[in-house]
Amino acid sequence: MTSMGQGSEQVLDSLYIAWQYVRWNRGKTIVLITSITLIAFLPLALQVMLNESEQQLRSRAVETPLLIGAKGSALDLVMSSLYFDDEVPETINMQAVREIDDSGLAQAIPLYVRFQARGFSVVGTALDYLDFRDLKIAQGRMFTVLGEAVIGADVAERLQLGPGDSLVSSPDNLFDITGIYPLKMKVTGVLARSHSPDDLAVIVDTKTAWVIQGFGHGHEDLATSRDATIILKQDEKIVTANAKLMQFTEITADNIDSFHFHGDEAIYPITAVLTVPNDEKSAAILRGRFVDDARYQASRPDDVVDGLMENIFRIRTVINAVIVIVAIATVLTIVLVFILSLRIRRDELETIFRIGCSRLTTVRLLAAEILIIVVTSALLCAALLWLVQANSGDLVRGLILR
Amino acid sequence: MIGLIHKGSFQTKPVVIRCFVLLHIAILSLLLMPAVHAEEKLQVYTVNYPLEYFAKRIGGDYVDVHFPAPEDVDPAFWMPATNTIAEYQLADLILLNGAGYAKWVSKVSLPRRKLVNTSQAFKDDYIYIDTAVKHQHGPAGDHSHAGVAFTTWMDLKQAALQAEQIASAIKKARPELAQLFDDNYLQLKKELLQLDKKVSDVTKRKPGVPLLASHPVYQYLARRYNLKIRSLMWEPGVYPDAASWQNLNNKLRKQAAAWMLWEDEPLQKTRDQLSSMGVNVILFRPVMNRPQQGDFMTIMEDNIMALATAYED
Repeated sequence: MTSMGQGSEQVLDSLYIAWQYVRWNRGKTIVLITSITLIAFLPLALQVMLNESEQQLRSRAVETPLLIGAKGSALDLVMSSLYFDDEVPETINMQAVREIDDSGLAQAIPLYVRFQARGFSVVGTALDYLDFRDLKIAQGRMFTVLGEAVIGADVAERLQLGPGDSLVSSPDNLFDITGIYPLKMKVTGVLARSHSPDDLAVIVDTKTAWVIQGFGHGHEDLATSRDATIILKQDEKIVTANAKLMQFTEITADNIDSFHFHGDEAIYPITAVLTVPNDEKSAAILRGRFVDDARYQASRPDDVVDGLMENIFRIRTVINAVIVIVAIATVLTIVLVFILSLRIRRDELETIFRIGCSRLTTVRLLAAEILIIVVTSALLCAALLWLVQANSGDLVRGLILR
Repeated sequence: MIGLIHKGSFQTKPVVIRCFVLLHIAILSLLLMPAVHAEEKLQVYTVNYPLEYFAKRIGGDYVDVHFPAPEDVDPAFWMPATNTIAEYQLADLILLNGAGYAKWVSKVSLPRRKLVNTSQAFKDDYIYIDTAVKHQHGPAGDHSHAGVAFTTWMDLKQAALQAEQIASAIKKARPELAQLFDDNYLQLKKELLQLDKKVSDVTKRKPGVPLLASHPVYQYLARRYNLKIRSLMWEPGVYPDAASWQNLNNKLRKQAAAWMLWEDEPLQKTRDQLSSMGVNVILFRPVMNRPQQGDFMTIMEDNIMALATAYED
């Protein structure tokens, strides 16, 4: 009992002296703690982030049965349609939606992800998309007419926007003066947070996206216009306007009647059709139909994401190997630091020995110093990992899936 | 001992009976659940009165049919308020006429899977009007505002096809009541085809009778029943200006016509002036909006009777 009491007293004394030592040598201690913390934190944080990306990629992919898009990269199609990636895939047109509708095998939801508004993707789609993704309105109301938009929770938070505010679409190309007019969209609602890429989206009707592109537009009536300078030529049936004809850049109750679309909707562009087959058999028939169609590709997002994950795993293996090598180098450096430190402290340790402390006490003191540094690093690492874990969803959406 | 058992039985009997009754109620409730579901009325929204009438006839008591346009507007050119559009968005089915009818549909957001284009079956037979002004600007190049004739139900055979699309959509939404909806549809189809035959019989009496129309809304009627109609752009509530009368004179000079179809009762002054020019009025209502009296069938009967006057010997 007495020897145990003496032992714990010695440990406490050693820890006290070690604590005083590390406090005195703050600079060295901070460098050591930072090195150990980082070398432990980096692979673990990477693991957390990769697990979260995998979970997010897979869950959204699994929830999306089939995507029909233009022939080309399946990955671009999936990343654009599911995660609203900046890379715009080749477009198809609404004829694809009609063909799927007419087949009676699936529900077809058009997606037109091409434009941006203040750094966020404008997702042109149908109301059915919001039902399909189970997106609910948290504030305001659903969009009802051309030019209205609902925004994701993160868009609302970062841009400080709410129902009644406006959001202007970004021009496609700053130097294309004959190109797309920016459209001032009215925010009618904010979506409840869904912890998905929809939180970072500005969702509008496909028709509003076509207005942004100029396929639908509003302007004064050419037939009744009093400004002769906007008329390029006119005959009995055709009035041709010149570039002076101003198109409305905001859709209001006063000018909505003048908005119109030209031609058959079937020729209007979209980037994908989110296809929800009635059952497995319908899905198989649809995929079969699109396999041989030179215009389209039919991609199962979970297959594409599986392929992507395989690549990510390969990259992860390489990164892990690099981290292991760096970790070994760091540990060796730390050992070197300790050995050098012991040399510098030779006189100090000799003094400790001469005043009556055993060699074991010296070893205990050094062990206590290492313990303090390692435990502090472990605690810091745990705290940082907790932070990463708590925000992994947003971090992945902001850093990886964007 | 026996007394105790008896006493116990007397005490537990009501509890057992109560449990028995509750169990039966629970089982009955479970059995009745599908029936309760069937009684939840299907909410159907339409864009004009003929579709409302067809949907009501087919759906009967199992369908709530809504056509929210005010009575004094032309539904083809009406723009619903935001809250009305929100009601459309919440419907189980939205019946569209197709053929470009109800321009507002292209300016609002409606759930695609709830939309039913009732004229889908004959979309290749739409009549295109090539009299509108064209203009050219923007990325889409040369555009035409020429439209499609949209009073599709004036051809009563087409009306029956529209009713068929409605029946099909309602049956898909409530398959448990399919037989009932089928019976209702077949009855409606029979009546529409009887009307179709009546118009055919009337117009066959004197083929080629030249007719005028106050408004270009009779294209499908003319095509189906082989009528020779020339259209003006006159409004029933507005007395035509001098140019309009001159235009009419020119038309009459090219080819005389003793009858003019009107979508609604014209002003007495207009009627008198027409009469002085030897043109008689035939009230042939396209019945786009809910009538103040009668229904689609009775108004079509009245239309046919009025039309018959032009084809009497």
